[in-house]
Parts: sequence; C-alpha cells; structure tokens
Amino acid sequence: MKLKSLLLMSTGAALAATAVAAQDMADSMTIVSWGGAYQSSQINAYSDPYQEMNPDVEIVWDESSPEAVARMRAMEEAGNVTWDLVDVVAADAIRLCDEGLAMEVDHDEMLAPADDGTPASEDFGELIVSDCFIPQIVYSTTNGYRTDVAEWEGRTPEDVCALFDLENFPGTRTLERRPINNLEWALLCDGVAMEDIYDTLETEEGIDRAFAMLDTIKEDTIWWTSAAEAIQFLADGEAVMGSTYNGRLFSAIVEQDQPIEMLWDAQVFDIDGWVVPADLPDDRLARVEDFLVFATDTQRLADQAAYISYGPARASSAPMVGTHAELGVEMAPHMPTNPANSERVIVFNYLWWADYRDDLDARFQAWLAQ
Amino acid sequence: MSDATAGNLSQAAAESRRTDAEQTGPMLAADGRPLKQSLNRALRAQKLRALALIAPLLLFLLVTFVAPIVDMLFRSVENQIVSETLPRTVMALEDWDETDLPSEDTYAALAYDFREAAERRRHTRLGSRLNYEQTGLSSIFRRSGRGIDDVGEVYADQFIALNAAWEEPATWVALMGDPDWIAAQAEWAATEDTEAREPSFRLATGIENVLPETADAYRSFARAIQAEARNPDSPVEEEPWNTVYLALYRDLAAAPASAITGYSGPEEALLREAADAVSGFETVNLRETFAEIEEGWVEMPVWGTIETFSDPYTAGYFLASVDLRLTPQGIEPVDENQRIYLLLFQRTIVLSLSIMGLCVILGYPIAFLLSNLPMRTSNLLLILVLLPFWTSLLVRTSAWKVLLQQQGVINDVLVWMGIVSDGARLALINNQLGTVIAMTHILLPFMILPLYSVMKTIPPSYVRAAKSLGATNWTAFWRVYFPQSVPGIGAGCILVFILSIGYYITPELVGGRTGIFISNRIAFHISDSLNWGLAAALGTILLVLVLVLYWLYDRIVGIDNVKLG
Repeated sequence: MKLKSLLLMSTGAALAATAVAAQDMADSMTIVSWGGAYQSSQINAYSDPYQEMNPDVEIVWDESSPEAVARMRAMEEAGNVTWDLVDVVAADAIRLCDEGLAMEVDHDEMLAPADDGTPASEDFGELIVSDCFIPQIVYSTTNGYRTDVAEWEGRTPEDVCALFDLENFPGTRTLERRPINNLEWALLCDGVAMEDIYDTLETEEGIDRAFAMLDTIKEDTIWWTSAAEAIQFLADGEAVMGSTYNGRLFSAIVEQDQPIEMLWDAQVFDIDGWVVPADLPDDRLARVEDFLVFATDTQRLADQAAYISYGPARASSAPMVGTHAELGVEMAPHMPTNPANSERVIVFNYLWWADYRDDLDARFQAWLAQ
Repeated sequence: MSDATAGNLSQAAAESRRTDAEQTGPMLAADGRPLKQSLNRALRAQKLRALALIAPLLLFLLVTFVAPIVDMLFRSVENQIVSETLPRTVMALEDWDETDLPSEDTYAALAYDFREAAERRRHTRLGSRLNYEQTGLSSIFRRSGRGIDDVGEVYADQFIALNAAWEEPATWVALMGDPDWIAAQAEWAATEDTEAREPSFRLATGIENVLPETADAYRSFARAIQAEARNPDSPVEEEPWNTVYLALYRDLAAAPASAITGYSGPEEALLREAADAVSGFETVNLRETFAEIEEGWVEMPVWGTIETFSDPYTAGYFLASVDLRLTPQGIEPVDENQRIYLLLFQRTIVLSLSIMGLCVILGYPIAFLLSNLPMRTSNLLLILVLLPFWTSLLVRTSAWKVLLQQQGVINDVLVWMGIVSDGARLALINNQLGTVIAMTHILLPFMILPLYSVMKTIPPSYVRAAKSLGATNWTAFWRVYFPQSVPGIGAGCILVFILSIGYYITPELVGGRTGIFISNRIAFHISDSLNWGLAAALGTILLVLVLVLYWLYDRIVGIDNVKLG
C-alpha cells in the first residue's frame, strides 16, 4: 500500500514534470541549413527521428546558410530573429560570435556526453573553434580530376601540385573564387613546408610568392563561387581538374558514376556545425536545446554519415560509421578523416583567416580582375 | 425717352462702379466669404481627399523603399561604434600627439572601456570593424577580451589585503550608491517580483568629485552587469571588476590628501585608511600590462588606426570605394595590387553601355517588324519575345552556360562543321563576352517593349506621304519614321542601362574573372565580409552615377522625349 502510493506519487510527479517541461518549449522550430544532399542527410539523421519522438513539434527548414551571417545581422538589427538553429561553417561561426549574433554555449552543459561518459567538449576536442560553435561534421575542400584526359597520356595526378603542373597535366582547372585554400596550395607547391604556410603568408614576400605561383595557372582556370559549379565543370569536361567539397565529389563519383577521381593530397579540413542565435526567447531556446542534445549525440552524428560522406565531428562516432543508406557502399574509405585519405592535410587556420581575410580577399579579387 | 435710357444706363454703370469700389478687396462668393478663400477651401478638401487616396501608397513607399535606402546610405559614413565602445579612450586620444605611444592615462581609459566592452560582448564587434582598416585588429581585440579581466588585479589584491571590507559588494554599494537608489533596490529585492528588473544603478551625489575615475568605473561596472540580457546580476551581490580597484588606486594616488580627509560620507574611515596606504603599494605599468595581453597594444599603427577612426562619422568607406585609404598620415592611394573598385566601376559602365547598344541594334528591327505585321502574327511574335521574359533568370543564365561553354552546344556544332578545330574551341563564356551575351538576351525585352509601343503609335500615312513626295525608302525611314521612334529608344536605353548597371547574378555565373560588375563586390560585402559600410558607400556612388547619367540624358536628349507608349 505504502509502496503503491509512493509509486503513484512519483509517477504523478514525473508526469507533472514532463508536462511542465513540455509547456516551456516552443512547438515549432526553424532550422537553417545548406539545402541539397547535405540538408537531406540532416533531415534523415536528426529531424525525422526527433519528430517521431515529439510528434507535436513542427520543424521548418530554411536553405539560407550561404547568406546566414548577413541575414542574422539584419534580423538582429530589425529586432526579430526568426531562426532557431543555424548551420554554418566554422569561419562564419567565429564571425557571428565576434559580432555577438550567436549565443555562447557551454558544450559540456548543453550536449550529451559520449557513450563512455567522455564529456562533449573532449569528444569534440579541438573542433570547437569558437565558444558559440557546436561542431557537426568534418568536411574537406579537396581536388578531383577527370580520368579520361587524352593529353595526359596515362599519367595520373599524385599530389596537389598537379594543379600547377601544366606541362604534365594540361587543361583547364577550376578553383574557388576566394583566396582561402588557393594561397595555401600555391605556397605548398612552391616549396614551403606545410607548417610554415601561414607564417609565410604573413609577410609581403610570402603573399607575392603565392600570387606568382597562381599567376602560372591564372589563364587556365575557371573560378567558381558555388560548389555545384565546380562539379558541373568537371562533369561536362569544361575543366579537367579542380577543387570542391569532398561530399560533392563523392556524389559525382559514387552516386552518379562520373569519370572523376579523388585527389586527397593536401585536402583542407574544415568544420561545419550549429550556432544558436543570440537572445532567443526562453521557450524557443528550450526547444532548441532539447533538439541539440539529441541531434549532436554520438549515434546521430554517426547516422548522418550513412547519407553523406562527411566525417562525424565526435571522436566517439567514428567507429560507428556504417554503409551508405541506399548504395550500400562502405562509407569509411570515403571519409576525409580516413587515415589513408588524410596522410597530408592542411588544417584550415580559422583564427588566422579571421584576421587576414579582408586584406587578402581585396588583394585576391584585384588580382583576379586585372 | 433717349434721355431716360441714357440716364438708366449711366445709373447702371455708376452702380456697377460702386460695387467694384466696394469690393476693391477680395471678390466675394455667394455666402459672403472672399472668393479666393472659399475656392481654396473647396480645393483643399479635394486635395486632402486626393492625398488620403494616395496616402497608403505614399506611406508604403516611405516605409519600405525610401527609409531603408536612406538608412543603408547613411551607413556609408556612420562610424559611431568606435566612440560608443571606447568612449574614454577616444577622449583621451584627443590630445595625443602621435609621436610616441599614448600616455598611461590613455591606457587606463582603455582598461575601463575594454572591461565594459568585454562584459557587454562588444569588443569583438569593434575588432571586426577595425580589421577592415588594419589587418590583425580583429584578433587583438578578441584575445584582449580574455586578458582584460586581470588588468588591475594587483591593486585589487592589495586593497583586499589591506582591509577585507574592500572585497564586500556591500562596502562598494554604500560608498558609491545613491541613498535613494539603495532604498529602491532594497524595495525591489523585497518584492520578489521576478518580472521587474532591478532599478538602474545611480551614483551618490558628490562621489565623483572625490573619486572621479572610481565613480565612473564603478557605474560602468554596475550598469553593465545589470544590463545582461539573460542572467542580470546585481551590484549588491557582485564584487567589482579589477579595473574598479585600478581606478581607486589611481584616484587615491593622484588626489591631494585634503580631498580624502575632507570627504565625509559612508565608509570614510575605510577610504582614509586606503589613502594612507596607497603610497606603499606595489605598482604596475599599464602599458606593459597591455603588452603582455597582446603585443599589438604597444604598436603605433594600432593606435593610429583607432585615432583615425574615432570620429562618429568617417569618410573612410567612400575613400575605400575609390581605391584610397584613410591613414594617420592622411589620405593615401591603396597598394597597386589591391586597387579594384575604380576598375570595376569603369568596367560596369562600359559593359552596361555595350549591352545597351547591342539591345538597340537587336531590338529595333524586331520592334519594327512587330509593329508592322498584321495583328495575329505580331501577337504570336510578341509572345516569343515575352516568353523568356517570364522564365527565371537563373534558368536562362544556366541555359547560356550549356550553349556557350567550351564543351557546349555552339562549340560542338562549330567543331562538327569543321569551322574551328577541337583544340581551339572558342572561349565564349566565363569572360566579358559571356556577360555581354547573356545580359543582352536577358535585357532585350526591356528594349523591345517600349520601342514596340512607341512604334505602334506612329501613323503609317507619314511614311507614305514622304514617299509620295519623292523620298527614297531610306530617306522616308531616316527623316520621317526614325525621329518619331526616338522616344522609344530613349525609354528602352534608360531601362536597360539602369537595370544592367545593378546586375550581379548573371555576371557572377557567366562573367569569369573579367566579366564581374561592381554589384558583385557590393553583394560580397553585404553577405560575406559584412562590411556594410563599404557596401553602402559603393552603392551610394553607383546611385549618384546613375542620377548623373540621367541628368546628362535629360540635358542632351530631354526627358520629355521618353515614352513608354
């Protein structure tokens, strides 16, 4: 009797607690992402299972990540932030954090620990590049080349310097229309050691050196602004070699069976993840926090890798990466973090670029236009 | 009889003269009011009614069109962020001679400002702003945000070692707080109303005469922690920042002994004890403290940049838009390898003019044909003109990619016909030619439609008359028809030119590296670099440029000569 009433009471209390918690959370949430295959992987791995658990919650997806920084500033100025959770690259997260537009988060307090109890901040490790940033995936900007170029007479590019080797690998290149990555590769192929790249770029001579190297392929390069363009150039044979995101190359090679091959050498690691807009109302923040605990746990991050070839940001998720959800291919060999692929990696120096981006971008665009 | 008539007449004339004389003033209406006034009244009602009718549109335009543009243009000169974030530093820098690093007082001002900015998380925002002017400032500000907490710690420790009361928030509240505020705060704390915010901190009267810097630093501390959006703190519960102790030390060390002994008020004994002890305190050099936090604080260019951009309004953005730079030494051209905006302005105008010219050349015959064909055929052709007009811009641009690229349809056909060799395929896209081709196609309807509607109104009998009087076909066209179609050309040109000068999606997709317009840089600064000031300045220049060209057009051709139909 006593036990029964105790049980009843505790169940009642638990019910009441859930009721209170549910009351405090908003019923809808706007998540901003990049659209395309990447957003589908998030819907499959995070939001569909979450909505199964919380059928009352409505999730609205917005494909505005490419202009997220500007939109969030505009919303903040207008005093009406309509977004709840925003997917951005690490460099944008740093910028948003600097501008006070993103909320600072305590990773250990907000996110689930790994299955073995490792706190979130250790599980994500160095990928937490900003106090506002919750890492999600590791992707890389790397190169791909066509396998059917007759002029190459059977030679295949071995390393990233094939980009600058017009003699052995003639043809049009396609590179991103911004200084980031291109300057690093140029210096690397001009004989600068990997660890000295950023020190060299801080000097005027170093910058000149990088641009001189880029000068050698300036006339043979189409400069892209959206990653889809790069794939289109490669697939149409407009370009024989070029850089884009590894996931885009994966889908061109594996899913669409194009005659393209990966060139993993000197891939540039970059991170993509969530930021929460600053000063959300309490009920919306509670909903976002609830979603984040679920969507960034070890299993969910590993699940996402079944839909897209980006490496999960948690160390504890890596062993759980399985096969592609539709094609059944083993995903691990296609991950940028796979040991065979990451023998030589440039780690994108976010904080350095946060300082030098404005200056070098002006220089790069002037160089391009002339 | 005739006399009588004459008399009557003269009487009537006299009568009318008399009434005229009576009304030398205003003419009267039927109701006796002056006619002008009564007319005005009737008209005013009409005008008001008309105004009321257009009021919704007027308001709509003001709110959604004029106000945002003015607001955006205003950003091109606005620069309040520096003086708002670092007010004391900016004041202290006013009499800095720029020959050597600023004085210790300036560093103290920086410490107070920066501590508050870091609490309100504004320092990194200022860092991003100043990084547009000088590379590296962004991380100097970001890193200093972490180190600023410790500035003044050495004084805090010594004051607390001297008397533990200095550690107590209550001591500080009693010393600094206005008695009324203390009472209001206590009342607020007692109500337990979680919705109401704590009353904003107020300084005790007179305290800023005794301890000027401390009072200022403490108020800044109290207001900043109260203002925190999510978890506001109360000065009643929080120990002040280390910079407040720094200020206290500086005040006590600088004040004449009489100022402190003359002070009577709360905590006067504690203050006197401290005043006697400060001469024996261990001191630190603030400049060195800042150098330890971040090397940049002892570099002249950093201070030069802060000084140069400390005014609430700056010409810096406009200078940057014409490849100039505001430096502590004055206005300088930017390095040759960074000049881009003048080149892009020039390129935008030249390409827009060529696109406009091509549209006239291509559009004129089409419009002529359309207006001279029978209705049924011309309607069909008109639909063909309008169809691409209704198709999405992106789709049309992508279609041009498929056609024009080196492995594209046109090149394939040319290679197949043997006109060009496979190794020498034509570069038709990803250069200026690509931009001109794609944009001419996209903007062509804007030329054809006004031309067509003007040509439709030209009576065919004029040309027939000219011919019957012996004119050749060419003379009849050139001397009679063409002059009548000029208003259509004018309207089309203005439309096409103004639209093309602001295009950026198409140049971005097909322009390669040489076919980029100035709008592409504006878009970049709006959405990527977040340098909205520079974007606004570039936009303002573009707007002024368009208005100047419009004015020139008006002077040369005359704006009355523009007809849309």
